Parts: sequence; C-alpha cells; structure tokens
Amino acid sequence: MKISSRLQIGLVAGVLILIGLGLTLYKKIELGFPLLPGQRQAVWTLESKISFKPAKGAVAISLAMPEAQAGWVVLDDHFASSGFDFSIQETEGSRHAQWSRPSLDRTTTLYYKLEAYRPDNYGLSDAPVPKIIIPELTVDRLSAMERVVESLHERSSTPESFTAALLQQLVQGQMGQDAAFLFGSREETKLSVVMDVLAFAGIPSQPVKGVFLEDGRRRQQMDTLLEIHDGKRWHIFDPKTAQPGLPENFFVWQRGAKSVLDVVGGKSSQLEFAIVENTLPIKTVLFMEQQVKDRLLLDFSIYSLPVEQQGVFKGLLLIPVGALVVVLLRVLVGIRTSGTFMPILIALAFIQTTLLTGLIIFLIVVGAGLWIRYYLTYLNLLLVARITAVVIVVILLMAALSIVSYKFGFDQLLTVTFLPTIILAWTIERMSILWEEEGGQEVLIQGGGSLFAAILAYLLMSVDFIEHLTFNFPELMISLLGVVLLLGKYNGYRLVELYRFRDFGRSDQ
Amino acid sequence: MRWITPRKLREQGVLGMNSRNIDYIGRSNDRSRFPLVDNKLKTKKIAEQHGLSVPALFGVVSIQREVQTLGKLIAGIEKFVIKPAQGSGGKGILVITERRGDDFIKSTGATLNYQDLKRHTSNILSGLYSLGGRPDVAMIEDMIDFDPVLSNFSHEGVPDIRVIVYRGFPVMAMMRCSTHSSDGKANLHQGAVGVGIDIVTGHSLYAIQKNQKVEVHPDTGFRFDELEIPYWESILKLAAGCFEMTGLGYFGADIVLDRKNGPMILELNARPGLAIQMANQAGLKKRLKMVDEIRPVECPVEERIRLAKQMFGVVLV
Repeated sequence: MKISSRLQIGLVAGVLILIGLGLTLYKKIELGFPLLPGQRQAVWTLESKISFKPAKGAVAISLAMPEAQAGWVVLDDHFASSGFDFSIQETEGSRHAQWSRPSLDRTTTLYYKLEAYRPDNYGLSDAPVPKIIIPELTVDRLSAMERVVESLHERSSTPESFTAALLQQLVQGQMGQDAAFLFGSREETKLSVVMDVLAFAGIPSQPVKGVFLEDGRRRQQMDTLLEIHDGKRWHIFDPKTAQPGLPENFFVWQRGAKSVLDVVGGKSSQLEFAIVENTLPIKTVLFMEQQVKDRLLLDFSIYSLPVEQQGVFKGLLLIPVGALVVVLLRVLVGIRTSGTFMPILIALAFIQTTLLTGLIIFLIVVGAGLWIRYYLTYLNLLLVARITAVVIVVILLMAALSIVSYKFGFDQLLTVTFLPTIILAWTIERMSILWEEEGGQEVLIQGGGSLFAAILAYLLMSVDFIEHLTFNFPELMISLLGVVLLLGKYNGYRLVELYRFRDFGRSDQ
Repeated sequence: MRWITPRKLREQGVLGMNSRNIDYIGRSNDRSRFPLVDNKLKTKKIAEQHGLSVPALFGVVSIQREVQTLGKLIAGIEKFVIKPAQGSGGKGILVITERRGDDFIKSTGATLNYQDLKRHTSNILSGLYSLGGRPDVAMIEDMIDFDPVLSNFSHEGVPDIRVIVYRGFPVMAMMRCSTHSSDGKANLHQGAVGVGIDIVTGHSLYAIQKNQKVEVHPDTGFRFDELEIPYWESILKLAAGCFEMTGLGYFGADIVLDRKNGPMILELNARPGLAIQMANQAGLKKRLKMVDEIRPVECPVEERIRLAKQMFGVVLV
C-alpha cells in the first residue's frame, strides 16, 4: 500500500517533533537542566602562553597556578605540553605546573588554560604577614628616605593613608626633590622602591600578581598590585592609579613576593594571556561546576566542548531559528527576499554589530556598492570578474568606512568587518541585476523584504530565552525540523495573496 | 487597505503560489523535463519534430569560433532575431528589421554594423544575458511579423497570448499587451495589460493593468472589449499540443501571431504566474480541479479542446 506523501510527511514531522520535545523534557525533568535562563554570569577563559628560547641542556619550566581567591571559582583547566614531561606539584600550599625536557632546540610555547567565574565578590582573605626587611641604603639615599617618610607621616595617621599618600604622589608626579631622587625615572623599579619606603616606615607589604580581565584581549601581560598590612588586616592598592581596593576585573594569580614563572635552561621567557568572556546563565554555570566534580553525568552536552567551540556553537545553533523565520515569512506571509538565506547571515552579522549600527553600515555599503556596480555594467564584464570586482570594492568600502568612522570617533562603525563580505557582494550583484531586469521598485521590495526578515530573525535570535533554549536544548532542533517539514507542505494562501487578490470577484463594481 | 478572506478566495477557486508549487508544478512537472522549456533551442527543435509551428530557425552559434561564420548564417536574410537560448526576462534579444547596404537596422531604428552583431553574439555565448552567467548559445531565427489585429493592442513590444495548459487541457488564456509604462515588456507586474480571453470564442473578457480594471489600451487607445483573437482554434490546438511534446502536466504556452504564418509558439514556461486569474476574474484552481475530475486518459487534442470549451466557456452578460 502506498502512503500518500502528505500523510508520510505528517507522520515523519510528528515523530520528529515528539522526539525533540521528549528529549527536552527528559533533560529538564531527569537531568535538571534549567528551562529558563535566569540571571546571567560572566565566565572568563584565560589562556596563558609561556614562550621562551631554549639554551643548551635540560629545560624546566615552573608556573605557579592561581589559587582561587577573592570569590573566584576555577571551573576547569587544561594544559598543553607537547613533548614535555608534565606534573603538578604542591609546595608550601601553592600548586605549580612543571614542564621538563632533557633538551630542546627551538623557541617553544606552552599553554595553560583555565575557566573561572566570580559568584561572590569579597576581598582577599587573610594571609600571613611577611617580615619587614629594612633595605640597606647608601648615606645620601638614606637621608632622602628619612625625609620622605617623615613628610608622609606628617600628612597621614594610619598605614593605609600613608600608602595612599605615597602612591598619590607617584601617580600625580608631584614629588619633592627627595622623593624624585629616590624613585628615579625607571618605571620597573618604582614598585620595589615603594615597598622599600613602606618597609622603612614599618609597614609590611607584598605584591599581588594577577591579570586584568578584558574581553577579547590577546596579549595581556601580568600586572602587579600592592598590598599593605595595617596590623589588623590587609589593604590593597593599584600602584598605577593609587586607587584603594581590589579592582572588579582583576583576577588574582598569586600573593607575595614569589615568582610566578621560572624557566631553567631558557631565556627571553614571556608570559602572556588571551582572554575571552562568555556570559552564561547562572544555573548553567552552577551545572558546569557540578560537572567538573562529576564528569560522567551528561558528557554529550555542548558544555563538554572547550569554551571557544561553545561560542561558535552558540551562533550556529541560532541559525535554525533564523531559518524558521525566513521560511515562515516566505511561505505563510509571502515576503520576497533576495537570496533565500541571505537574511539569516545578515541577522547573524547584526548580532555582532547591534541592530542600528548594522543597518546603517549595511545600507551604506550596499548603496555605494550598487552605485559602483551600476558603472561596472557599462564595461560589459563577465560575471565572475564582475562579482570579484564588486567584492574588492566592498572590502575597500569597508576599510574606508572603518578608517573614516574611527577618525571621527564613531567606534561602533568599526564592527563593519562582521558583515560577511561575500554576502554583501552577492547582495549587490543580485540587486543590480534585479534593478536592470525588473526595475527599482522590485529592488526596494526584495531588499526591504530581506532586511525585514533579517531584523525579525535578529530580534528573535537575540532573545535571551531563545538563545538559552537552543544552546541548552539543541534537540529542540529536531522538533524545528519537523515543523519545517510541515511548512513545506503548506498549500494554503499566503498573506500577501489576500491583498493581491483583494479585488477578486468585484468585477461588477 | 482592503483585504479578502481566505474563505472567499477558496470559494472563487483562486490558485495561490504555495498550492501552485506543491500541488501542480511539483506534482505534475517532472524536473528532468524542465530543460526542455528553459532552453528555447530545445523547445524549438522538439516542437518542429512534433509539427508544431515555431519561428523558423536560421542557425545556431554555439562556440566563440563560430561567431566568424555569422555572416554566412544571415546571408540574404532581410529580417531576423538573434537571441540567447536560455535568456531571462527578454534580455539579449536583438531584432533586425531591415538591411541597408552593409548596415543593419534595429527594431528601435538604431543602425548597427556587422561587427556589432558579432559582438552581441559573442556576449550571448559568454553568458552575459543568461541567469547566473551560464555559457549559452545564440539562436538566429525569423523575425515575427505581428498580425495587425494584435499589434493594435501593444506598444513598443511583443503582444503574445499566454495559455495555461493542465494535463493537456487549455484551462485559461490571456493576452499580454506591452505598454509604455511596462517598457515594452509583457510582464503584468511591470505594467503590461493582461486581457482575459474566453476559451470558447477567443473574445476578450476583462482587462487589468496593475490590478486595476482598464477599458482601453493606455497608449494605442484601442478598446479591449472589441478584441477578438483570430485563429483561436489553432491557437488552442497549438498550446494543447505542447502537452504531448513536453510531457509537462502544468505549463504556460506563449503564442504569437504572424501575419503570414499564423500562430506560432514563442516559448513555454514551466512556472507560469498567477496574474492570469486577475485578468480573467476567474480562479484557476476551480478549473484545474474540474480537469482532475474527468481523469483524462489518452485523449486526443481535439477532444480535450472540446471538453475544455464545455467546461470553461464564459457566458457574457
């Protein structure tokens, strides 16, 4: 017996929709995945890059691993140690990652990656107070030091205000002769001189090493803050700004004067950080934290991927939502778009650029491109050469737009690079052919239709709830597939046809 | 803004785009048959095999090297057309109406020389006028000398008659009259006038331009209600005969009338538009369903036309 294709589609679609919903419910009820996104939490990925030139003989690298402090929680860490012996050693309460190798003949890079977030924001905990070591100074430096300490004592009452006053002087550059003599002009030694002054004044201090977290930074260096003890507790200062308190975005790596990176058998060693921020729902983060403890549970979720890949999937998983919007608009509404899925790509670009900026850039580039393409038609070029010419022109336009906007201080327009070049070039090509064959009105209809679909897709794709659903419940895509199959069999009227045929049967009037 | 309800549209039997694609084109048109209608050269060859009238083919230029032989192909021919076999939207069609010494006179009156013709042909071959820039071949065929009855209703362009043929039955017909505002093109959405034609008599029923009823041609001033298409029987026979030729269940046949040779197939369209329903003020779906109900099997052309006239004749009030 032959089943009619309509029934067949109905059955397949029904089964797909049920599978998707079933898996989603299973994950919700049995595995406790949250259906609603709830509050969001920033999760940072720090990739530490150790690079060095090897000398002759054995190489040994030791990197102090950060201890979770000031409310930070480390979710996960990975090491890349190709060809090295690797071990983690605990000494004096701090953990060190150690790489070693009998010999090495070229410049090498080692990686250590960690993911961390900060559920609570409290200051640094108590730590043992180091012994004050009075520096040994030459006679002239000693007398300068005495005068500096004295003048600072006159202006301050507590160790805290003493430090603040000292740093303030340094930052503002309003130093007396004595201080200027002490500190000299070298930037690198300033912090150790500050600690000398503090020691001379009888205030215990220690450096705090860490990283300022900024999303998207590639070659961030380690920074050092200053910590002083007033006899009861620690106070932290940023020596660059003289501001007290632990900066919000400072990830504390290590406290105290110990070194973070030791390289034996190598030179020109460097420690750099690449930093990425991901904003995830709190519930998801907690779930990940649990997973670290219990990895067997749900290893097939997207969270088992490294964070960068998760970021990629976050975008990919939204594409079906955009595609659904396009299908709905074309099949049910009857809006004409230029290129079937161009609107989705534009919508994806809008997510990067934000809507208004994206729209402005799109209109400028496509408008200018159309004008240039109009000229190219006179040259009677072959299609491939013509499109290539348009691609080049589009890239030039994008570069020009970036430079001009940067000079004028509209940083937002720099996001122009997120618009896919080839898509822009194709859009221009299609629009101009349309213009020649069907006239400007059709260009407006299809171009407008595309933009409308793109905006709608963008609005839907940027809803937190939808992003949460697609990312945490990718199996919903199976249901979506079912819905799309059903839409493919819709043979009813389109919304625009209700307008197009509005005068039907009114021939007598 | 006025709208019509889906229910009213269903009652009128109007065919929508989705239904056309799924229920008619998708169901009754075999994809492998599409090149037959998308390529005008193939259409012409198979039409000649089936003894259906088409404009005479003088020659084909299919590779760049053959462009040199163009002169031989058009030797001694006064009027001719050079066009791409897979052109879209009427692009790349060059109509030569007269020769003056070594020069060629275009339909617009412009003068071209032999080099211009060769360059145009070369452009066609390199795909300048075909969709997606595919390489194409150039056809050189006889120019149609339009029947004056029809050219009264057309301005700056080709007047043609579109007949929708379903399972071999001519179900609906319309004449497409180019106007000044349609820039000589015969597409309704570009401003051409669509005139609904009675399947029984070939007489006009109703005329629309841009969805509005019109009584006279905006440029030539001729009244549409006086329009009666000559050779109506042979037009129907020609259109319906394309069914056997193409094997397509649903298509539109574009037919022109030549002063000497009568009706000729200009081209076929496997995805004919829906505006014909507006021009006829009648729903296509209703008629398509009526054809489905008689379940035609092995029915000769004459019998199909007789049945179609029975079913789709319109009684004029």
